[in-house]
Amino acid sequence: MEKILQVSHLSKKYHTLKEEIEALKDINFSVSRGEFISIVGPSGCGKSTILSIIDGLFEKSSGEIKMSDNISISYMLQDDCLLPFRTILDNCLIGLEVTGNLTSESRQYVIHLLKTYGLEKFMDQYPKHLSGGMRQRCALIRTLATKPDILLLDEATSALDYQTSLAISDDIYQIIKKEGKTAIMVTHDISQAISMSDRIIVLTKRPAIVKKVYELSFDSHLTPIQRRKTKDFSSYYDQIWRDLDVHI
Amino acid sequence: MFTYSEEHNQFIKQYKRKKRTILFFRILILFTILVGWEFLVQKNMINSFLFSSPSRIVTTLLSLLQNGELFCHIGITIFEVLLSFIATFLFSFIIATILWSNDTIARIIDPYITIINSLPKVALGPLIIIWVGASIYSIICMAFMISFFVTVLTIYQGFISINHNYITMLQSFGANKWQIFTKIIFPSSFDSIISSLKINISMSLIGVIMGELLVSKNGLGYLIMYGSQVFQIDLVITGVFLLGIISSLMYFILVLFEKKFFN
Repeated sequence: MEKILQVSHLSKKYHTLKEEIEALKDINFSVSRGEFISIVGPSGCGKSTILSIIDGLFEKSSGEIKMSDNISISYMLQDDCLLPFRTILDNCLIGLEVTGNLTSESRQYVIHLLKTYGLEKFMDQYPKHLSGGMRQRCALIRTLATKPDILLLDEATSALDYQTSLAISDDIYQIIKKEGKTAIMVTHDISQAISMSDRIIVLTKRPAIVKKVYELSFDSHLTPIQRRKTKDFSSYYDQIWRDLDVHI
Repeated sequence: MFTYSEEHNQFIKQYKRKKRTILFFRILILFTILVGWEFLVQKNMINSFLFSSPSRIVTTLLSLLQNGELFCHIGITIFEVLLSFIATFLFSFIIATILWSNDTIARIIDPYITIINSLPKVALGPLIIIWVGASIYSIICMAFMISFFVTVLTIYQGFISINHNYITMLQSFGANKWQIFTKIIFPSSFDSIISSLKINISMSLIGVIMGELLVSKNGLGYLIMYGSQVFQIDLVITGVFLLGIISSLMYFILVLFEKKFFN
């Protein structure tokens, strides 16, 4: 498969006046078109930093990030970040406004996405009228609006309660597959990673390196919730749990 | 048809009763003060020459109205207040925007703003007159000095207290500073802008009156100053009374403006 993103020897140090923190030491992985990759690791190990660097929000300290030509990236944060003074539709259009791609055509595309994913009724309402799950779906549509090739998902469901998180994971998974997007997801939730990904990258604690990579072999038409019911699911869970070596 | 439960009706009733009670006592206090004041004066328990009285205020108002001075003074004062209000707001907004856009500048200037803000501006009155001249400009200058720094700080605080995730979200689309300002910062800080306007309008009034006390030949500040110089306490109290009315009117206009546009 066509490799569209190659991360090699990526490292990142944070500086404060008192100390220097080495967050990422030597991160290597590549992403192929259409893949769903999850990055898991102990909390505070710099998982989110990787996404921020790929998106260009943070400078890297060293290493290389190679992307194929004309690959666009869009970032979905943990917080839905819906602006309270904009309607749902206007919130979803903000990325197009910023990038200068707001045309009647792209607008129609966003309306089409809202319709497809059940938010049509709420288009002209404000975020406060939406439930947490719907807000997250709206944030996903805002992320999709600029037609990115790669989606970066940063703890995309951890602001939600557990049941909603399961349902929204299912939604997000299906939307991403249906739209044929590539995704890199950062999560602290091992079971969410197993239920959604094609591949899981396990990081060590700080300074992070790649500890292990799992190619998951689930039947391709299983949804995340269905995956959770399979036998493989719990064996993957055990292995990754051991890799993370959680001590309290 | 849908009807509310008895409990709900009770709740509404209690709410309304409380509202009526508050209004009643507000009026009662004003009424007591006015009547008590008048009563004490009528019974010669306090000196009407030194303390004036409600009836004398009315007489003074009427005479000012008859010789046409009343609206002249009020008009001049309101004109000066509005002028300094608008000037202060525009400048403060621009300066707050600059401070927001450049953290280095903000931190360089910060101690200066704090120090100048804490100076008693009246002390600078004579200097202002010397530098600017004894004219309406000194009055505007005085009002500007008094309200400018507080307004800058209020607006700036509003700008920097915005949820940083919103900014990250916009940056992830590659937004520049100007886009972040127009799409997030400005629309999110209406609340702080409104509260800065409220502060600004009363500060402008205070500043204008202080300026008028120092230099002017018209306006309510002048009226008060003149009254005290010729020992016409009626004039002084009437001036203060008019000021109270004007400042509450301005405040209410702002509240109406806020309700109309931001709710």
